[in-house]
Amino acid sequence: MAGSTQTVSEYITHHLTNLTYGKLPGGFERRGEDGAITTVGDGGAWVMANGATEASAMGFSAIHVDSMMWSIGLGIIFCWLFRRVAKKAETGVPSGMVNAVEMIVEFVDSTVRDTFHGQNKMIAPLALTIFVWVLLMNLMDLVPIDLVPKVLEIVAGVHFQKIVPSTDPNITLGMAVGVFILMLYYSVKIKGVGFLRELSFTPFNHWAFIPVNLFMEIVGLLAKPFSLGLRLFGNLYAGEMIFILIAALFSAGVGWMIPAGLLQVAWGIFHLLVIPLQAFIFMVLTIVYLSMAYEDH
Amino acid sequence: MNINLTLIGQMIAFVCFVMFCMKYVWPPILAAMAEREKKMADGLAAADRAGHDLELAKQKAVQRLIEAKHEAAAIVDSANKRGIQIVEEAKSTAVVEADRVKTAAQAEIEQETNRAREHLRGQVAALSLAGAEKILGAAIDEKAHAGLVDKLAAEL
Repeated sequence: MAGSTQTVSEYITHHLTNLTYGKLPGGFERRGEDGAITTVGDGGAWVMANGATEASAMGFSAIHVDSMMWSIGLGIIFCWLFRRVAKKAETGVPSGMVNAVEMIVEFVDSTVRDTFHGQNKMIAPLALTIFVWVLLMNLMDLVPIDLVPKVLEIVAGVHFQKIVPSTDPNITLGMAVGVFILMLYYSVKIKGVGFLRELSFTPFNHWAFIPVNLFMEIVGLLAKPFSLGLRLFGNLYAGEMIFILIAALFSAGVGWMIPAGLLQVAWGIFHLLVIPLQAFIFMVLTIVYLSMAYEDH
Repeated sequence: MNINLTLIGQMIAFVCFVMFCMKYVWPPILAAMAEREKKMADGLAAADRAGHDLELAKQKAVQRLIEAKHEAAAIVDSANKRGIQIVEEAKSTAVVEADRVKTAAQAEIEQETNRAREHLRGQVAALSLAGAEKILGAAIDEKAHAGLVDKLAAEL
């Protein structure tokens, strides 16, 4: 909740700022908490950013520590959980966790079978990883937004913390680009030169239209990973934003507490639909794109 | 909302997790599931077979029961027959025995009658002799008239 010294817009900005570690360019003027200004040396400096301004000044050579840690942590939880089940999975009567995991695996397996008709040992595990990982990342959205950042601030003195990795475009686009590379790889592997021909001769099958075709197809191709990554990011970012606004509403006065609480519950319930849906969409689109890479059309 | 190295980091993490999943998670879970499916199919087939066997066994049991009933009936029948036969045999034996006893009794009676007759005959001879003696006086020589008396006795 917004503190007394924070305005609402500061509160929102604070919640939308990642914990960033990166290289400040040489000559950048850092403003300390006490207002003192220190200038970064010529070679630049690798530091923890103390705000959105510094984070954007770092440009590409920075890393969102919170996004990375939460995303990798959740990925490890996924691997650990499923590996444990894989070890335990026997032919006897399954129970508890084994049942849940097998349900997910079966669901992913049937989705892949329905959509993807080629021979590929990687698609199904890829889809499973994407589904569960994205689901876990999205689920972090349901953790009360101030809980983890506040605790970390009090316990460890960490000022910024975004615990939902999928509200970071780097995370979603990182996965989308990974899928895009796989698309290109399998397109070239399966179709060879046919892939280039497909790019050149569709939708207008005439040599005079090759430049037009190429332009359209390449734009279409590039749009796939972008739409894939930005769809997930957009949905979760918007959800997160609403949660932040509702949380800010709590600070508007005692009279706003009850409506804000109701809104929180309502949005949380609605989000309960969005979370698995977005994970599912990301998975299905990945499968569809890869099956398009496999098939001539 | 800056695009930075996080993108690359996420890609690397993505590849690692997918590879882990592909190697250590997906195959064993799917294998276990497939195996269980097979086991269940086998189990169901076995249950079907068992049901069929049960049906057969029931039919067999019914058949056996019918056979046993027939057999029991036959046994009772033959027992009855045998009983009748025994009774018949006993009857005929009894008849024979009775005949035998009757014959023996008759023989004995006859013997007894004969003996009594002999005895009577002797007594009659003695009596008639004594009477004759009385009539004729004591002149009759017993020895000389024995043949006469005997002839008389035999005629009685």
